[in-house]
Amino acid sequence: MTDTAYERSDFQSDQEVRWCPGCGDYTILAAVQNFLATLEMEKQNHVFISGIGCAARFPYYVNTYGMHSIHGRAPAIATGVATANPELTVWVVTGDGDALSIGGNHLIHSMRRNVNIKVLLFNNQIYGLTKGQYSPTSEVGKKTKTSPMGSVDRPFNPISLAIASEATFVARTIDMDRKHTTEMLHAAYEHQGASLIEIYQNCNVFNDKAFIQLTGREERDDNRINLEPGQPIRFGANNEHAVILDGRGARVVATADVAEADIHVHDPSNPDPSAAFALSRLSHGPYGPTPVGIFRDVSRATYEDLVQQQLVDAQAKKGPGEIKELIRSGGTWTVD
Amino acid sequence: MQLTGARFTDASAVLGNDLATFPNFPAEIRAPAGTLPGVSSFQVQIANWDILTPGDDPDILIAMNPAALKSNIADLPPGRLLLINSDAFIERNLEKAGYETNPLKDGSLDGYHVMTAPMEELTKLAVANTGVKGRATLRSKNFFALGLVSWMFNRPMEPIVDWVNQKFGPEDVVAKANVAALHAGYNFGITTEEFHHLFDVEPAKLQPGEYTNITGNQAVAWGLIVGAQAAKLPLLYGSYPITPASSILEELARHKNFGVRTLQVEDEIAAVGTALGGSFAGHLGVTGTSGPGVALKSETISLAFQVELPLVIVNVQRAGPSTGMPTKTEQADLLMAMFGRHGEAPLPIVAPATPGEAFTSAVEACRLAVRYMTPVILMSDGYIANSSEPWRLPDLDDLPDYSRSFAKDDGSEFQPYSRDPDTLARPWAVPGTKGLEHRIGGLEHADLTGNVSYDPMNHELMTKLRASKIDRIAEDIRPIEVDGPESGDLLAVGWGSTFGAIRAGTRNARRNGHSVAHAHIRHLNPFAPNLAEILSNYKKVLIPELNSGQLAMMIRAKFLVDAITFSKMQGLPFKAAEIEQKVIEMITGSTNNSEAGQ
Repeated sequence: MTDTAYERSDFQSDQEVRWCPGCGDYTILAAVQNFLATLEMEKQNHVFISGIGCAARFPYYVNTYGMHSIHGRAPAIATGVATANPELTVWVVTGDGDALSIGGNHLIHSMRRNVNIKVLLFNNQIYGLTKGQYSPTSEVGKKTKTSPMGSVDRPFNPISLAIASEATFVARTIDMDRKHTTEMLHAAYEHQGASLIEIYQNCNVFNDKAFIQLTGREERDDNRINLEPGQPIRFGANNEHAVILDGRGARVVATADVAEADIHVHDPSNPDPSAAFALSRLSHGPYGPTPVGIFRDVSRATYEDLVQQQLVDAQAKKGPGEIKELIRSGGTWTVD
Repeated sequence: MQLTGARFTDASAVLGNDLATFPNFPAEIRAPAGTLPGVSSFQVQIANWDILTPGDDPDILIAMNPAALKSNIADLPPGRLLLINSDAFIERNLEKAGYETNPLKDGSLDGYHVMTAPMEELTKLAVANTGVKGRATLRSKNFFALGLVSWMFNRPMEPIVDWVNQKFGPEDVVAKANVAALHAGYNFGITTEEFHHLFDVEPAKLQPGEYTNITGNQAVAWGLIVGAQAAKLPLLYGSYPITPASSILEELARHKNFGVRTLQVEDEIAAVGTALGGSFAGHLGVTGTSGPGVALKSETISLAFQVELPLVIVNVQRAGPSTGMPTKTEQADLLMAMFGRHGEAPLPIVAPATPGEAFTSAVEACRLAVRYMTPVILMSDGYIANSSEPWRLPDLDDLPDYSRSFAKDDGSEFQPYSRDPDTLARPWAVPGTKGLEHRIGGLEHADLTGNVSYDPMNHELMTKLRASKIDRIAEDIRPIEVDGPESGDLLAVGWGSTFGAIRAGTRNARRNGHSVAHAHIRHLNPFAPNLAEILSNYKKVLIPELNSGQLAMMIRAKFLVDAITFSKMQGLPFKAAEIEQKVIEMITGSTNNSEAGQ
């Protein structure tokens, strides 16, 4: 498609990046820019649409087409872009507040329609831009300026929500893990249809170390569950933990306590979303054993292709529209 | 009843009558039959001259039950004809309508020319052999009434029969029953001596040309299709069903062979969001709704204004606030269209005067949106949306071409907020265009480069630039024409669907010797430049509106004219006589603000 091999700098805009020093957004931005440079897709065909929040500044820093829109509405605007021109690769950059609070409705509907958009959901479990209020993914009991006695709101599980919303591609990754993030970006890019990647993103100012159980040197082995397609799910420094699925859902057990055949073999392409959903319930936030990787990756016609097909079918049936016929379609009479 | 009215209208259109209709119905889909809130009515005026309104006082009222009689009898002047379905005047129905005694027997209708027919019994007999059974037999009674009235008005039955057969299929039992009832009603007129060809309405002397009967919503839909074609752009219509705008979405969804993408999305906000996304990607994005939907869209409309992309917002106004009276008409969203956004975000506003004109207005809204890279608000209302009139087909060979080229890479540094020196429109560079990659957004941005900017002087500059772009549109719109003397005692100024009543009311007053003119505003922002002079040519200015004085507030503020408001907020259009009376009252002395009558 392209005659130029890109470098990361081709995807860097001339705008100064203004996130707080140490913010997880920097590593995600670098991962995305590096990833885009590896693609054959020409850069004018990428469009980044964002809403409001720290993450939403992302498009300003990527030298492609972009729109920094309004709070929560990026999936709706992206749906319009993708439907108007299916040749474009449309990315939505959003955060936990943007996607799951004010924009929850657009998120779930873009998923169920299977619009070919790639949603990068930066989940830092806090409102950063407004300086530290609890978010729809903050844990119960979270003490912030707006919840001095602790939040009483039960958080969303974004993966469960996306699967329940009929998303055809759902994955989770961690900002600190550049290699894994890039793998997830690649898989989402290749996927035709609505894709959601939840990216655990550290807010070092308002919610530092929220993901320490998955990133800390001492904690991560016992908590990070890597989902690998076709592989039995085992984790731990010596694979001493395993995941089984039985009538009570997905559970973590000691590998030694179960037969090899009883360990759940991960299959993101399973048309039935039950197993993927069960895996998403292993954790409710990054506390204790938490799966990362692709939960679900199934194929279904995209919204914009179906819309386009109806135009083609209508023209095949009725011929290309003629205005002169249209305005006479209700019958006419002539006055001399 | 709506269906029956529409059939009578079409049959009259075929005969070449001029006509105007006023459908009036409750919001409930199956409102309890026979109750006062459940009454659905359809008013139509047919004439052999060029008429402007569906008429103030009917010559004939057809009441299918006591509730219908009670709700509408006040409009019927004494001595006029009242046609009644006598089978419905039974105790239970009388009670539902709140009649203590039967008006057919208690003498209360003595002042009218009352004709009755046992329409239910006759319908039952007529449909006996068609295969419809049980309660369904009575559903055809409106067609019996239609047949009878067709006889009285000498209307042809063929267009009605053709329509029924096309709608249901000629073999369908419902079609057979409706046709049988229609013929039975017609024949009842022939055989019953009481019913003559009471009314002969010859074809109207309309401007020569080819005509079709069109409703306002249909005209908007067709206008949008034509408007997009004139811009050489695909149309992307994002919408969410809402009364009374839904039929625009329905009409557009039928025309996908024109390349029209209709997106019925999850809510009003997504509807305008998808439209804006479409415009960003190089389509003509349009969203249609009613007042409550515009309220929800307002943040996105401000974004569209700020990023300077084309967008058309259709507001089919209804009586508000909140859910209000969804099926009733009002003009109370004008100030919302003007000011209902955060920050300074002036938008062009276009309003059709009649159902047919909604076509032209929709094309005009598309033209302004594309030419000036701006959202445009098209203000229709429930009365225009549902009413119909004969519409002279436009000469499509004269279709304007206002297409703009998308920006292309010319080797120089691309500046997304540079401006056309004439229109101040910025370049439209669509994603996929090599070399013009750029970011737009809701944050204030620097002149020319579009880079995020908090510079104080830049914000002031950009605020003024965006406003002056809209102001310049005044030089690019048709001047206002005055109907009546160029100067005189009184000027009536209106906008939107009040056109017919104001035009008829002022003409009647003029015929009675009064010095009065009518100016109708199609562009509410910016105003046509000649409005200031027109306003200064009359001693008094009267502004009739279906609100408490919104246009009057704008005119007073802009021109320092002591405009007097004439309000009506009943969910109903003005009657011509109400305007005439007010005009005469103003000219002859009393200038008190008064309310329109019941």
